[in-house]
Amino acid sequence: MQPFTYERPADVAAALAAIGKPGAKFLGGGTNLLDLMKVDAETPQHLVDVSRLPLAQISDEEGGLRIGATVTNSDLAGDPRVRERYPVLSRAVLNGASGQLRNQATTGGNLLQRTRCYYFYDPSMPCNKRVPGSGCSALKGYNRIHAVLGASDACIAVHPSDMAVALAVLDAEVEVQSASGQRRIKIADFHRLPEAAPEKDTILGNGELITAVILPPAPPGGQIYRKVRDRASYDFALVSVAAVVETEGDRIRSARIAMGGVAHKPWRAFEAERRLAGAVLSDDAFAAAGEAAVKGAVGRGHNDFKIPLAARTVARALTDAAAQKKA
Amino acid sequence: MPDTIIGQPIDRIDGKAKVTGAARYSGDRRAEHPAFGVIVTSTIGRGTITKIDIKAAEQAPGVVLVMSHENAPAQAPFKQEGEDRHARPKPQLAEARIHYHGEPVALVVADTFEQATAAARLVEVSYQAEAGLYELREGRRLAYPPSKMPNGKADSKVGDLERGLAEGAARIDATYTTPYQSHNPMEPPASLAFWSGDQLTIYCSAQLVDSAQKSIAATLNIPADNVELVSEFVGGGFGGKLSIYGDAILAALAARQLKRPVKVTLTRQQMFSVTTHRASTIQRVRLAASRDGTLTAIAHEVVSQSARMDEYVETAAVSTRAMYAAPNRLTTHRVVPLDLPVADSMRAPGDAVGQLALEQAMDELAYKLDIDPVELRIRNEPTQDPEKGVPFSTRALVACLQTGAEKFGWEQRPRVPGTLKDGQWLVGLGMAAAIRVNLRRPAAAKVRMDEDRRVTVEMDMTDIGTGSYTIFAQVAAETLDLPIESVTVKLGHSSYPDTPGSGGSFGAASCCSAVQQACLELRKKVDAGRGPGNVQAEATSEPGDAFKKFSQHSYGAHFAEVAIDSTTGEVRLRRMLGVFDAGRILNPKTARSQLIGGMIWGVSSALHEQAVVDPRYGSFVNHDLAGYHVPVHADIPAVEAIMLAGFDDKSNPLGSKGVGELGICGAGAAVANAVYNACGVRVRDYPFTPDKILSSILRPNVAQRR
Repeated sequence: MQPFTYERPADVAAALAAIGKPGAKFLGGGTNLLDLMKVDAETPQHLVDVSRLPLAQISDEEGGLRIGATVTNSDLAGDPRVRERYPVLSRAVLNGASGQLRNQATTGGNLLQRTRCYYFYDPSMPCNKRVPGSGCSALKGYNRIHAVLGASDACIAVHPSDMAVALAVLDAEVEVQSASGQRRIKIADFHRLPEAAPEKDTILGNGELITAVILPPAPPGGQIYRKVRDRASYDFALVSVAAVVETEGDRIRSARIAMGGVAHKPWRAFEAERRLAGAVLSDDAFAAAGEAAVKGAVGRGHNDFKIPLAARTVARALTDAAAQKKA
Repeated sequence: MPDTIIGQPIDRIDGKAKVTGAARYSGDRRAEHPAFGVIVTSTIGRGTITKIDIKAAEQAPGVVLVMSHENAPAQAPFKQEGEDRHARPKPQLAEARIHYHGEPVALVVADTFEQATAAARLVEVSYQAEAGLYELREGRRLAYPPSKMPNGKADSKVGDLERGLAEGAARIDATYTTPYQSHNPMEPPASLAFWSGDQLTIYCSAQLVDSAQKSIAATLNIPADNVELVSEFVGGGFGGKLSIYGDAILAALAARQLKRPVKVTLTRQQMFSVTTHRASTIQRVRLAASRDGTLTAIAHEVVSQSARMDEYVETAAVSTRAMYAAPNRLTTHRVVPLDLPVADSMRAPGDAVGQLALEQAMDELAYKLDIDPVELRIRNEPTQDPEKGVPFSTRALVACLQTGAEKFGWEQRPRVPGTLKDGQWLVGLGMAAAIRVNLRRPAAAKVRMDEDRRVTVEMDMTDIGTGSYTIFAQVAAETLDLPIESVTVKLGHSSYPDTPGSGGSFGAASCCSAVQQACLELRKKVDAGRGPGNVQAEATSEPGDAFKKFSQHSYGAHFAEVAIDSTTGEVRLRRMLGVFDAGRILNPKTARSQLIGGMIWGVSSALHEQAVVDPRYGSFVNHDLAGYHVPVHADIPAVEAIMLAGFDDKSNPLGSKGVGELGICGAGAAVANAVYNACGVRVRDYPFTPDKILSSILRPNVAQRR
């Protein structure tokens, strides 16, 4: 860890002013940033602690919910409105980290957590995400936990969030504020693919602060979050699937699929969703959707298994989501 | 012998101090005006340091010393040989040569830990890197018989193996692989050193106080008496603190140079390379048996990683020599010198990984013969040690197997693998037998009684979380006919009487015997009218020749039920039972903790745990507890241990046998065999992570069967 200065502004305006200082970075719950600072994967010169800004409310808005950026993961997962209307989100959050970490981690910080790629965490190893231009150690290294979709030769890291996968399937929006004003970003656009600039995880501009996540009205249908992992708890996803399936009689009216653990961002499987819309409810339809969801996937060796795993888990999650609404 | 205090499930006498924070571990120790050292490690696996630039680090705020091979004080040279490998010199920063990735190359000492940490990043090291050999499979061509085995010889041969194999009606020839494992106890190695003249005091997290003291003294070229080593509490060892490491030597060297106390703690990441690890193995097991299951041949051949800089052999086939009867037998051990960190003992060295192979092979044979795996083992129960030709001291393996089968409901298991389903889950039951060598070493204890009949026991033994403090108090209280509250146990100072320390499951047998002996002598003195008050006795207890005349082991049988998600290949344990013969149980509460702790590590070995080497760099890739997986509570639902009543009078006067390493032996194989029973596919490459299970499930023949 390198020396740094610290301040805790009282309001958003002060935070936006403070972030202009050289080498400044926002600090939320600190459950990821501090770990990264300890291993020198992040070396901010100044921390602007936004964890106690007055943004910790969940409120009804436009038929949906507005989740303040400093709402903790525990409070989000436990909110009765979230549990009832957006169970996929509550489930996803509860599948992440541990109770202690969820008490500390914030909604805004969860979106901005960084990859758990081993090489990103090890400053003795080349990593384009940590040091642009230094190379990707995972590409020909131990890449069992790495991306099979949307990766580039510059980076095959995955985004580690469970929450963001559920937000993707719910078509949430991220509200951000900067000195020049406020804007809303669709969650699908919020995180980037690595391309040639994997050091940038999101499209956030310099000095932009996440103030809220906006959930549109809950989609009709059954909601499922299924996380596949090496151990039963406290582990990042090998593959995770958020699925929403709306049925009508023996047909699928609509379906939504988002995957975690497979790409540099939460991965919406739009093509698979299109194929399911109006299809006859069947195991074959769901299996085909699973295959469609991994179309174009590329394995890098140790992570080859993620391709059939993702396809099977998508099919299974769709089946369970459809069954859930019937019951 | 009626159990009055010994044999009772007494709470840990140090429990309150531990949960309230009153217990001071090495890293908790404080000193006047301390400085803090942070170790810098190598970023290549093999080669030479060509230049080390310490200017920027030296000029960083608070830095008082930067030490490298260019300015480190003279130390004794490292030697591969030595009677006690944990007492050898462990010179640090002694040469420009790099032996493995993550080897200490510099120490930065500053007024605060934070300053030292920040400055450590400023040390610039340039290397002349050389191609290293980092893969066991690739390195096999260099395999050689180990120069020395801790227990027995490298090879053993009885009868005619080829004939035995030919005679069998059924044969198994299978190769199993086990990965690197890292001890990674909760407490990282930490040392606080300070000098008073030529006397060094060092708080150091060490399992073997006597060896650690000698190792430090030998390295520094000073008499052992000039080193007082204190290790009162050890936050887990598992073999990872048998040796001392750079934290101890560098703290001592820096403290001497700076004339102020210096504390050095390893980081979690450094624990993977700066300490030792369990070696990866490749094990070929061949079995042959007649139609009725009688073994005609057993062969167990082991290849394991060794470090090029220091030999270590994983003695995985040693207990195979005593496990089952068979007229034709072969065991071999070969080591492969790689440019990796030094391997050493980890909980049940040899046996833990050896039984992952042997006990899965026995299961394979049972299915091939269509004999109940429990019954197959019973049919091959030897009447005496099959290779040494001496009687067993006590051996209740058959009782463990039968009791476990009954209590677990083994009769209910699916006879045909892959047939029991619970919704999307494939369910299976598996079992394995367990054996662990029983050891004892000479140990000494001092006991004194004051006027109000309070007793103090002193020995340089350690309690690494096993419950040593408590059982010594039990033995002293019972022998002196006093309540346990009257006994104070003091451990972990090198000035106390010598013991073998904690390792090899020999602590209780060795040290309880010494405590009992000292208490009997104290009692004689008190009975003769001397004291109470100002009376003490010291005694040494030695194992004698019962370990030559008898084959001594503890035994067990594990039963496991697992479920496999048929979509994803995730394996989850549902329940597990171990039944154990460890002689007389001194404290069922602490013994149970040891046994189920071992069983959980067995589950971990079967399903989770592996340190992965990047073959390009020789580094352990997943070198933190986010990447290196051990089970969490959710992985361990219902694990229970039953301890059979016993008394082994050949082991020691108290009748106990080693318990600390028994639980892990065979445990992982029971889980592996349950996985086969659940899905019908053999996986032989541990651990069984979802990727391996999924690819097995996806094999067409299996898919068809389902």
